[in-house]
Amino acid sequence: MAKNREFGNRRLHSLLGVIPIGLFLIFHLSVNFMATKGEETFNNAVHAIEYVPILIAVEWVVIYLPLIFHAVYGIYIAFTAKNNLGRFGFFRNWMFMLQRLTGIITLIFLVWHIWETRVQKALGSEVNFDMMAEIFSNPIMIAFYIVGIISAIFHFANGLWSFAVSWGLTITPKSQKIMTYVTLVVFVVLSYIGVSAIFAFV
Amino acid sequence: MSETKTVRFIITRQDTPDSAPYDEEFELPYRPNMNVISALMEIRRNPVTKSGKKTTPIAWDMNCLEEVCGACSMVINGKPRQSCTALVDQLEQPVRLAPMRTFPVVRDLQVDRSRMFDNLKKVKAWIPIDGTYNLGPGPRMPERKRQWAYELAKCMTCGVCLEACPNVNDGSNFIGPQPLSQVRLFNAHPTGAMNRAERLNAIMTDGGLANCGNSQNCVQSCPKGIPLTTSIAALNRDTAIQSFRNFFGSDQV
Repeated sequence: MAKNREFGNRRLHSLLGVIPIGLFLIFHLSVNFMATKGEETFNNAVHAIEYVPILIAVEWVVIYLPLIFHAVYGIYIAFTAKNNLGRFGFFRNWMFMLQRLTGIITLIFLVWHIWETRVQKALGSEVNFDMMAEIFSNPIMIAFYIVGIISAIFHFANGLWSFAVSWGLTITPKSQKIMTYVTLVVFVVLSYIGVSAIFAFV
Repeated sequence: MSETKTVRFIITRQDTPDSAPYDEEFELPYRPNMNVISALMEIRRNPVTKSGKKTTPIAWDMNCLEEVCGACSMVINGKPRQSCTALVDQLEQPVRLAPMRTFPVVRDLQVDRSRMFDNLKKVKAWIPIDGTYNLGPGPRMPERKRQWAYELAKCMTCGVCLEACPNVNDGSNFIGPQPLSQVRLFNAHPTGAMNRAERLNAIMTDGGLANCGNSQNCVQSCPKGIPLTTSIAALNRDTAIQSFRNFFGSDQV
């Protein structure tokens, strides 16, 4: 690797996690939530997305490319750390470990999820309410999706906290503490939206 | 006749930098107000293990004996700290001593902390004041700012923050919290601020500031209570601005 790219890479990694990946996560969870309003509402929302101009380019620029960079560099970051919770059981050290753990879980979940939905769509299936209902006919998949979605949301919420530190937005311990509470609320609210959507398909 | 009170130590020893570490247990007569160093001195006087085996005295570093030099840092009951202020009365028995393995072990509890001094050179943690002629007095520092900066100046380069950091390890090139906070200190000084950009650019290189993963163990472990994570966050802001200056261009001050 070229010399002195680390600073730029780490900042890019932090930025991409929020914009666009984090924003896309919120958008995705919101669309899912429409399933709680009935099958037709959900299918209409999904079809509306298909009218986005040059959708495939938007998908690559907004989702796949940022996600690939974030995932590959994230794996590198996760495996350079030497976790030491046994000796230093502080709250932030737990968050540090969980951020890396949920990142890996989310990546495994996403690979599976993209294979099951987006790739199948490319191979000719239609993404709609029935597709999801069929996936969730298997209780193991319900558990897998709950773990995956909660991991992704935790990773986003806690990532938002460290984004604020990494870009020097929250400097004082007090502002960082308040940000902890703000991101906790983000975690709880998004988790409610995400998990209730899963049970709408069951 | 009452049995004499004793204290027990389990010490991780290592004969050479490359040899395998091993544990030895010692039992010493208790004395009031003992600290870890006085216990180590007692063992040095009579290097016999608990089982009665004669052994070599334990090697460790020490200097000031009042927690301002940082030399006697080691891992005591799992926590990195200074052995001079580790009072035996306040420690759980048996007391376990081990070297700070983040650094290369020289022998027993003695480690080579020179990477921290190299880091200070790397980030230019000094204020250049020499000229070919008398440059005269520099700008004055407001008293309030001096008092604030003094907190950052308490760093004794002990290495506890590096030992506590999960991102400082043999698989990573992270320089750790200690030199970073010093950059904030020297950038805060009115004369030091004249070389601000140089220091910021130095911590934006590989192994620098960006490697912080916000576990915040450093600020929890610092024996001097230095606001290390506040320094890191402040430098995150400064380097963000510096990187815009570098990329989009601005007057180089």
